[in-house]
Amino acid sequence: MAADATTALRRRLMRAERRARWRAFALVAPLLGFLAFTFAVPLASMLWRAVADPELGAALPRTAALLRAWNGAGMPSDTVFAAATEELARAAQDKAAGLLAKRLNYEEPGYRTLILKTANRLSPPFAQGPRAAMEAIDPRWGERAIWLAMRRAAAPVTGFYLLAALDLQQGEQGVVAVPAERAIFRIVLGRTLGIAAATTAACLALGFPVALLLARAPPRRAGLLMLLVLLPFWTPLLVRIAAWIVLLQEHGVINDTLTGLGLTGQPLPLLYSRSAVLIAMTHVLLPYMILPLYSVMRSIPPVYLRAAASLGAPPFAAFRRVFLPQCLPGIAAGSLLVFILAIGYYITPALVGGAADQMISSQIAFYTIGTANWGMAAALSAVLLAATLILYAAYARLAGIGVLRLG
Amino acid sequence: MTRPAEPLSARLARRVNTVIAILTLVFLAAPVLAIVPLSFSAGSFLTYPLPGLSLRWYSDFLSSPLWTRALGTSLLLGAGTTLAATTLGTLAALGLANSRLRLRGVLMALIVSPMIVPVVVLAVGMTFVFSAAGLTNSLLGLLLAHTTLAVPFVVITVTATLSGFDPGLLRAAASLGAPPLAAFRRVVLPLIAPGLLSGAVFAFATSFDEVVLALFLSGPAQMTLPKQMFLSLRETISPTLLAAAVLMTLVSTSLLLAIELLRRRSARLRGGER
Repeated sequence: MAADATTALRRRLMRAERRARWRAFALVAPLLGFLAFTFAVPLASMLWRAVADPELGAALPRTAALLRAWNGAGMPSDTVFAAATEELARAAQDKAAGLLAKRLNYEEPGYRTLILKTANRLSPPFAQGPRAAMEAIDPRWGERAIWLAMRRAAAPVTGFYLLAALDLQQGEQGVVAVPAERAIFRIVLGRTLGIAAATTAACLALGFPVALLLARAPPRRAGLLMLLVLLPFWTPLLVRIAAWIVLLQEHGVINDTLTGLGLTGQPLPLLYSRSAVLIAMTHVLLPYMILPLYSVMRSIPPVYLRAAASLGAPPFAAFRRVFLPQCLPGIAAGSLLVFILAIGYYITPALVGGAADQMISSQIAFYTIGTANWGMAAALSAVLLAATLILYAAYARLAGIGVLRLG
Repeated sequence: MTRPAEPLSARLARRVNTVIAILTLVFLAAPVLAIVPLSFSAGSFLTYPLPGLSLRWYSDFLSSPLWTRALGTSLLLGAGTTLAATTLGTLAALGLANSRLRLRGVLMALIVSPMIVPVVVLAVGMTFVFSAAGLTNSLLGLLLAHTTLAVPFVVITVTATLSGFDPGLLRAAASLGAPPLAAFRRVVLPLIAPGLLSGAVFAFATSFDEVVLALFLSGPAQMTLPKQMFLSLRETISPTLLAAAVLMTLVSTSLLLAIELLRRRSARLRGGER
């Protein structure tokens, strides 16, 4: 009897527990569903686009299948030529042919016109056979290079864009660097990391003294000074950039003051330069350094420093050997945070930098909005995302998740 | 009792630190403060000394359909984002507060991840998906995008106010005969109100200041204030733009003050600072 009652009670309890669990999940589910559509699917689709290679399959499905079966040695068989002529001639009026031409042009500049020209001029029947017909339009069809490029584009997935994002390409004997005159992304990547590192260093150099001042100030004054840090933090980004443009432009506040005082004869080229980018980015990101530094310094009991002093440590030694080591988590967290945010910057360099100061995000924007080379945009995004996630993993170990951007 | 006198070198180091810190604070505050008087200039050159004071650039801003339409779009979008993000985020935070929920850590990490991914990367993914779904060049698409960026703030602020929440209070309300909805409205809601409101403020500010997603996803018909500013800044900077900037700053700083007041109120409700 008693055992039955206990079992029944336990079962009811478990059912209630399960119901509570479902109710909790039901509360989270709407947001999860929302983020699945606006966040997870977009990122997944971005990653897929970075490796997807649909153009040849869409424009010339049978040729693509034949090319996938070809081993790449010698020239492709006449069956391939027959399929290619037939499908190219049919695709001439198609949007797919234009997309294919664009795709092959990434392999070798000039292939765009080759494809379009061939598609337009091919008209069956071919008296001398399909191969001769193609070679008559352009002798490049008699060479292996175009067919190898087509064979690479025939695979459903490609490493082409990801390799290109690192200035690499698939050569006949494995992966090689692209010719120096076409290598742009490594320069942009290096520049992105360089600007982010310089910004981080500047933020640390300026932010540390501020955090120290705030941590040592009596609470009321610290609160007031903190407002001075938060005020620019809450000023819209574009307002701060507009302010820097007003200050730095050719007939801006700084130049007018300098020439007015007779310090310079002509206005200095301050705007649209690397220094303008660094100044504006430091200004925007400085609070992200100050806030974690401040919270760590605040948590260091002043007793430690007094203990060091009473044990005879001179102030500098006490600072260096007692205070500074305890600040390290804050320094690391703040630096990583600033660096992570900085490598993704787009708007600030776009407005105050010159052509040689644009970062990877601007390349991504260019390929997305400008030329609609979505494969390239996706591959560069994947590189930026990977860098961000690696750094963020380090950051999360130091500071925990969820503190980003909230300070 | 007096503390032993600091050696000169230590005092000097402290002085140097204070000077650098104050200069840095000036560096932080000065640029924005410098443009405020310029927006009231009677002339059209953006430099000092001012030829005189006037409100002409503000009236220019308010009489220009280009700017007022952008302001209207931004306010509408901000309101929609606030509503959507606060609703979705608060519900999720309530669910996440339940210790019976499995994988809470994973879910939380998932929900805050839009804060970590670079906006440009997110913008690329959204461009692919939204253009396939017919959501580019639409206010709805932009609303979804902004809500994605804003929702983590709501979840974080509401979760913070819930962290000290005693579930016993709900049981007490139930044992006193309150139906669940009444218990929520009269016990939970007043307690999470500060977090909910500051989350809402964060959500609005996020949308009101957002430009990357607007550049990628929206068309000329959905011109927001930041996008209009971005496009104008690419051409030339005008005093009217500065007037817009000052008005935007006014909105944002009032939001900051609201947050600060809410934080204090919340701390008081939860019995002092954590």
